[in-house]
Amino acid sequence: MVMNSGPVARPDNMAKKNGAAGPRGNIRGQNLVVPGEDLGDSEDFEAGHGVIAISGRLKAVKQGRLREKGGSISVDPTHTRYIPRPGDLVIGYIEGCTNNLWFIELGAPFNAILPMSLGPGKVDFGGTRSVMDIGDAVLCRIQEVEETHSSVVTMKGMGLRKIRSGVVEEIDPHLLGRLIGKGGESLRRLKAEADCRIVVADNGRMWIDGELDGILDVRNKLSVISDRKNGGEN
Amino acid sequence: MGGYGDVQMIDENGLRMDGRSPGDIREVTIETGVIPVADGSCRMTWGTNEAIVAVYGPMEAHPRKIQRQDRAVLDVAYNMAPFSTTDRIRPGFNRRSREISKVTKDALESVVMLELYPRSKIRVTIEIVSAEAGTRCVGLTAASVALADAGIPMTDLVVSVASGKINDVVVCDLNKEEDNYGEADLPMGILPNSGELVFLQMDGDLSQEEFSQAWEYNMEAAQVVHGMMVEALKGGGSQ
Repeated sequence: MVMNSGPVARPDNMAKKNGAAGPRGNIRGQNLVVPGEDLGDSEDFEAGHGVIAISGRLKAVKQGRLREKGGSISVDPTHTRYIPRPGDLVIGYIEGCTNNLWFIELGAPFNAILPMSLGPGKVDFGGTRSVMDIGDAVLCRIQEVEETHSSVVTMKGMGLRKIRSGVVEEIDPHLLGRLIGKGGESLRRLKAEADCRIVVADNGRMWIDGELDGILDVRNKLSVISDRKNGGEN
Repeated sequence: MGGYGDVQMIDENGLRMDGRSPGDIREVTIETGVIPVADGSCRMTWGTNEAIVAVYGPMEAHPRKIQRQDRAVLDVAYNMAPFSTTDRIRPGFNRRSREISKVTKDALESVVMLELYPRSKIRVTIEIVSAEAGTRCVGLTAASVALADAGIPMTDLVVSVASGKINDVVVCDLNKEEDNYGEADLPMGILPNSGELVFLQMDGDLSQEEFSQAWEYNMEAAQVVHGMMVEALKGGGSQ
């Protein structure tokens, strides 16, 4: 979106002329908030995600759509970063390794570690790199998240493996709900239409394996979802 | 400040060389999401200044020695492209770009909630592709929009505006000639919702009254630019 001012921006008349002083007059615009925006008295509502209470006032700290539910007010951000939670299925890339563990990049603010003991099959001390090298994609599960935000992932479990075929695509984690649909309906339909194997991980990445045409179909669908991410639907 | 006090930059009607009144700012445009691969981005033009800012992160901080156990680190890099001015700028960092990177980082650290992402890093890259005067203000303002676009939690946006003195008259938002031949320059970083200040520099001398006038101009202009930042961010979020 481009925001233009007039040829000369004059503080005393510009706000009126360009309507730049506040939200647009449409319904959609009224729900959107930006960091620092005042959301009212903190006695009326509880501060939810993306909202803080300062000096008796509620203030948005993220850009997104305002949501009011059960006496609390929160912001559904238009862009998010994945935050690991125990039990999440994730797709990560090997970013480094030592003699007995791998460092996994999950698209989160903090890398996870994959100890040799939780790796795929039996790995000899010092042989980590021969099993999975830097740049490899792995399907794994978050085993533990510590207070310091360090997380440990495991590859012991059904279906957890190194990804050797297909492609890995990525969308914002908060858009996964839109991809999966109610009860997984949209994802089921997509799998059937594209005739592909699709594994959706909680960190917004997905493994798509199948014929090239099918993969391209899924890619198109993902780009539609990403382009529409700021639309009116929730 | 060039110090050429005899260069006439205000006519008998009180208008400046580009036709603006003393309190006017130049044309501003703001666009978000201009770099698809970045987590957040912004292109901002302010007169003939143009800045492109990309934000990446929060991400694992490398090398590990820069990690802070209690908060994220902001890695701000301000750079002017070699073609951004009529005189070619030698590529790479110099003393000026280091200084501006530092003051921009300090200003942004006041609003970004870094404590939510300990041991990580947020990378902010500011590239000035066309420079006239006031690039640090454009860079800081655009960086704040890009951070908001990236979904980074912030307590407020930062608007940076400069006022100065030319021919003994206090004016808002100096252009190149006014910046070169004027007598003083006062860039400020303002939190528009609270009116707090996160950044202030002064080049040249201003009396107390002149300082107050420049302050007023900056505060007024900050509200106008803030309105446009909000509009750009909200517009980017609607179809």
